Amino acid sequence: MQDLGILLEGRNLERLLYGLWVTLRISFASIAASIICGIIFGVIMTLRNRVLQAVCRIYLELVRVLPQLVLLFLAYFGLTRAFNINLSGETSAVLVFVVWGTAEMGDLVRSALISIPRHQYDSGYALGLSKADVYMSIILPQTVRRLIPLAINLATRMIKTTSLVVLIGVVEMLKVGQQIIEANRYTAPRAALWIYGAIFALYFLACFPMSLIAGRLERRWT
Amino acid sequence: MKLCKIAQVAMALILSLVLFPGCNQGAGASGAGSSNAQSSTSARSLDEIKSSGKVIIGVFSDKAPFGYVDSNGQYQGYDVYFGDRIGKDLGVAVEYVSVEPANRVEFLETGKVDIILANFTVTAERAEKVDFALPYMKVALGVVSPDSALVASVDDLKGKKLIVAKGTTAETFFEANYPDVELVKFDQYTETFSALLDGRGDAFSTDNTEVLAWALQNPGFTVGIESLGSLDTIAPAVQKGNAELLDWINNEIKSLASEQFFHEDYKATLASVYGDAINIDSLVVEGGVIE
Repeated sequence: MQDLGILLEGRNLERLLYGLWVTLRISFASIAASIICGIIFGVIMTLRNRVLQAVCRIYLELVRVLPQLVLLFLAYFGLTRAFNINLSGETSAVLVFVVWGTAEMGDLVRSALISIPRHQYDSGYALGLSKADVYMSIILPQTVRRLIPLAINLATRMIKTTSLVVLIGVVEMLKVGQQIIEANRYTAPRAALWIYGAIFALYFLACFPMSLIAGRLERRWT
Repeated sequence: MKLCKIAQVAMALILSLVLFPGCNQGAGASGAGSSNAQSSTSARSLDEIKSSGKVIIGVFSDKAPFGYVDSNGQYQGYDVYFGDRIGKDLGVAVEYVSVEPANRVEFLETGKVDIILANFTVTAERAEKVDFALPYMKVALGVVSPDSALVASVDDLKGKKLIVAKGTTAETFFEANYPDVELVKFDQYTETFSALLDGRGDAFSTDNTEVLAWALQNPGFTVGIESLGSLDTIAPAVQKGNAELLDWINNEIKSLASEQFFHEDYKATLASVYGDAINIDSLVVEGGVIE
């Protein structure tokens, strides 16, 4: 139990919380941009244009096939090698997560859109509503409701995947934790359990409110 | 269906376009460092470092006691102690970047750091991609055993069981050079130390830095053989072809020998872990000279 004291030693807790801040600012910037780009991408994918569909398909499959780690290396080291573009570690991370998030989110939006039965559109038109009205009042509310659980799932996945950014030199929460554990490796070998416990709690605190909000939104809209 | 095929071909094309420049540049960098000397991916010259007011050094941030971050968020350790001195003698501030074993070469090749000081073991394969300066540390194998039946030389191992972790240099070394020593192998590194404590073997061999640190924490056990096998050296590395900075570091290491700088470094950073009992010269290299 006295190993828990490691957490309060010096500026350790402050460092861990700063690590959480790095994790969250990368995640939230990426999630926000992914949702906006993803909705646009998803709508484009439902358009009946074969060329557009092929392009979207290629983009989606390409991003899905490549592991995020490869994408991070391509953005951080690859862009510098090939085009002399020097992005900072955090910028590269956000870029990669937006590219990935847009593809995943777009596919979720597409599936939510096509899951709305045809008769919902037809009933709207039969009532004399304009196309815009049908979308705004009938289709979109239903789409968003179906989308929320999936989007939250994606968002929490993105938060957790940010632990990879350490490989392009960005020190986030998990890395700070490992630094604390290793700095005390000889004096407190059992501190690892407590530090990982603290990290677990912080990840939970970051992800759980999103689930709560999502649950509330779903209930309100039903 | 036809569309599907077109999409597949296009995807293959895009993939090769995205990945090819990376591969190509990688090969170019190992072949001839001058090929990309004009681009900004090339390393900074000594003058550029000095006029920018800071040198960027890649170090480990979680490998105590060589490179780690203390509870106040400051970089510390044997490598960092040297990094601080490099900054002081260059007359610039030092910016440390946290690197991982897997990306040290990449950081140098893309010029994102000026120097790597991350416990970088010199190997022929790595020397094709980066330029190593003179060594400042050396590692070899060590053998730890209980005081009651101390193994002080390889001859003492005859008829005894030696614990090793699979995939380590210790395993390959003993298999190749001492096939008559009976090896007890474990998959996980953490199992090996407990196996020695339980008496499942008579001695345990791995990197000498590891066994020395462990023996200090475990009374009743002593490192009978401190240095065995092929000696690996640890050296600073710079981008391939950055001769100016390489020469500067080499001269720095040579001139630091007069003040026994790395002995001081050892006392400041490693002594608390490895103790004063061990022979400092079995780890530390002064002036880049290996006896």
